Amino acid sequence: MSASWLLRRVLLIAYTILVVSLLVFGITQVLPADAAVTLLGENATPAALEAVRLKLGLGDPVWLQYLRWLSHVLTGDFGVSMRTGQPVGPEMFAALSRSLLLAVGAILVMLVLAVPLGMLAALRQGRLVDMFTSLVSYLGVSLPEFVTATLMLMLFADRLQWLPATGYVAPLEDFWDSVRHLVLPVLTASVILIAHVARMVRSETLDVLHSDYIRAARLKGLPEPVVLLRHALRNALLPVVTIVALDVGYLLGGIIVIEEIFALPGIGRQLVVAITARDLPSIQAGALIMAATYAVANSLADMAYAFLDRRIRYD
Amino acid sequence: MTEAFRRLLRTPQGALSIALLILLAAVCVAGPALAPYDPEQIDFLGRFSPPGALHWLGADQLGRDVLSRLLVGARSTVPLALLATLLGTLGGTVIGTVSAYLGGRWDEAIMRTIDAVMAVPGLLLALLLVSTLGNGSFNAAIAIAVAFAPGMARVTRSVALTVRNQDYVKAAIARGEGGGWIVFREMLPNVVAPVVIETTIRVAFAVMLFATLSFLGLGAQPPASEWGLMVSEARRYLHQAPWIIIAPSVAIGLTAIAFNLLGDGLRDALNPRDER
Repeated sequence: MSASWLLRRVLLIAYTILVVSLLVFGITQVLPADAAVTLLGENATPAALEAVRLKLGLGDPVWLQYLRWLSHVLTGDFGVSMRTGQPVGPEMFAALSRSLLLAVGAILVMLVLAVPLGMLAALRQGRLVDMFTSLVSYLGVSLPEFVTATLMLMLFADRLQWLPATGYVAPLEDFWDSVRHLVLPVLTASVILIAHVARMVRSETLDVLHSDYIRAARLKGLPEPVVLLRHALRNALLPVVTIVALDVGYLLGGIIVIEEIFALPGIGRQLVVAITARDLPSIQAGALIMAATYAVANSLADMAYAFLDRRIRYD
Repeated sequence: MTEAFRRLLRTPQGALSIALLILLAAVCVAGPALAPYDPEQIDFLGRFSPPGALHWLGADQLGRDVLSRLLVGARSTVPLALLATLLGTLGGTVIGTVSAYLGGRWDEAIMRTIDAVMAVPGLLLALLLVSTLGNGSFNAAIAIAVAFAPGMARVTRSVALTVRNQDYVKAAIARGEGGGWIVFREMLPNVVAPVVIETTIRVAFAVMLFATLSFLGLGAQPPASEWGLMVSEARRYLHQAPWIIIAPSVAIGLTAIAFNLLGDGLRDALNPRDER
């Protein structure tokens, strides 16, 4: 991992943010919404509307508005929410931290369940565990998050009454209550990840098990657990890092719906609220922060990959 | 192609997917004729009737027959999901092939831009687009198509890059054919097979995305019997009438599974070397 590779990654992230900012700004320009009307309400006088338009610079050419917005964003100022009148930046980053709690939880659950499941399926190819794994995989990739979430609510919150249905409690406020509120959203978000990764681990393990170095390790007389854990697992896990990075995209899309259903005030829910209310600064900030999160997560995964697989050199 | 189809039918997942898809197609074509009731017929006395002889899958919060709504609802989801995937594939395939054909700096610029666009989650992009285009099924389909195009472009480009170096493309360039001819007549026909596999799996995703948009109130509008919308409307009655939720959920799941199975079956059938 040389300095020039890092520099290239940073440039790519910057380019991503630039493209996304253009895209998001462009879309919000076309949005059928008049910022002045959103701000003052339908009954405002024309004079008051005109004053607000002047103050916000809404009469300026679009490119000037874009540059002004971008330069503010680069100094960390995302503007003021049209809905609440509060600065958008702090609100969105606080929401992002709650979403990350959900995302990290989902990735942890996935690692704990999907990796052993995939390996077991590969070792018992064609047997019951294998069939179970492929059933789980097909169900996982074929049920949209809103269906999984609703079914989980129905079973665990309504029928069994084990867990609260909706809401969010900060971990620092009451740790166990916070966990109880997070279980269902985290499980829902992990389903699709488990489906992807279990399949991937299975096929990679099968590939590795048929490789020459595993045969060599066995012929050397190494005990089977050592062969599996020291030789097979490490190499089978490598591609998983990549798929997790790609899945961050799914995860960020998925949390939009999941947060909406479980009333979890994360960035996805903020975005849905902002889109429904035509709150342009919040939409812009939320979408930009989400895309930046994805770009950074992707770069981190690339680094992790390079770190785990010394054969790869990024120059 | 017939050989590939025979191979597809021989795998268990291929046969299952074809069976499910035939069923789905039949429901899309003959749904309204098969439906025992008018899907929008309100019957307040029959509200929340549990599944039984009168209503096989029960009745919903307005006393509408759930089975009839499911059968008719297939039409509001599946054809539009297919259309969205098709449009997205078409756009993405052209971009990907052109990018591979141009090569060099242009290719680099196009692909980095596509990577950047893909940093916006598909659902978020679709949400933003629908809010500009306005709510509704057709707009939702367009939004899904746009959200799909970058991913398809990436897949197509990687295939097209190998095609680009084939002798017949080099020959066409040497003959002095124009760029349009090379892209559309020489390269595109040869990237079709891998693109078809990718597209099939994306149909499953489009069905899910479409239902999700309707669930969020941005796609199909009431009183349509679209499956995602049905789940959304029934969510408040989750305690008293779970069947109103379970039936459309199963329908969405089965449809997506059918296309996922087909995609996997096709991959195996078109790459006979790979036994897994």
